[in-house]
Amino acid sequence: MSQSLMQMFGLFSIFVILLMITGIYCMLVSFNLIRIIIGFEILVKAATLLIISAGYICGRTALAQSIVITLIVIEIVVMVVAGGVALWAFRHNKNIDPRDLGNLKG
Amino acid sequence: MTVRLIRSIVGLALTSAILAVIMYRLNSPLAAVFELSVCSGLISVIFVTTVSFTQRISNEKLAIRRKERLLRFWYLPIILIAAGVLLSQHLLVPHFSWPVLEPAKELDVRNVLWNARHLDLIGQVVMLLAGALGVVVLFKEPKK
Repeated sequence: MSQSLMQMFGLFSIFVILLMITGIYCMLVSFNLIRIIIGFEILVKAATLLIISAGYICGRTALAQSIVITLIVIEIVVMVVAGGVALWAFRHNKNIDPRDLGNLKG
Repeated sequence: MTVRLIRSIVGLALTSAILAVIMYRLNSPLAAVFELSVCSGLISVIFVTTVSFTQRISNEKLAIRRKERLLRFWYLPIILIAAGVLLSQHLLVPHFSWPVLEPAKELDVRNVLWNARHLDLIGQVVMLLAGALGVVVLFKEPKK
């Protein structure tokens, strides 16, 4: 494997780490349910970039694309359900604070 | 608060669009199309719809929450940035040895998706059905 490919993968890895830092920070710090979902979405973007760059380095872009398509389908289902939970929480609590989600049981 | 949320959603859509360009440049055009249409388009629409159904909180509550947010996990960005810098240096050291891989035989993405990874397709269908069921349950009107 050539040195330039390795350098490129190192560069992509830095961006993956930065995206993960941003996503984790967004999820941990925010008190808004929609912002937490956005943080999760940023984490998924980091995973997507890692899969695609690894597939390019190894010469298996077809496999990487099929895995990313599966990931996108799972991502959209999670987003739709999470959006529904946020709306449900707003209906019950009149806010989307995750600390008040304990009121939703029953 | 709503304006800031909309700004966050637009930023996420832009991130998805940039990621789609990177995917296209890395010989993954099909995944790039999915990323651009689904993640940059559909998810933004879902987020904007969710935000439009909710209301903004009062300015007093917003000030209290902003203060709480600053006090909570104040040390977290320092730890995360330090971890990121350390990991980046570890990845970029010149004597770091990467595993040598043989170049794989490239297949068409359609062959991989329909033949080699057909179980993933079943999983996708199950996920879509579970998502549809979840939405039906969440939006069901409560019995009076």
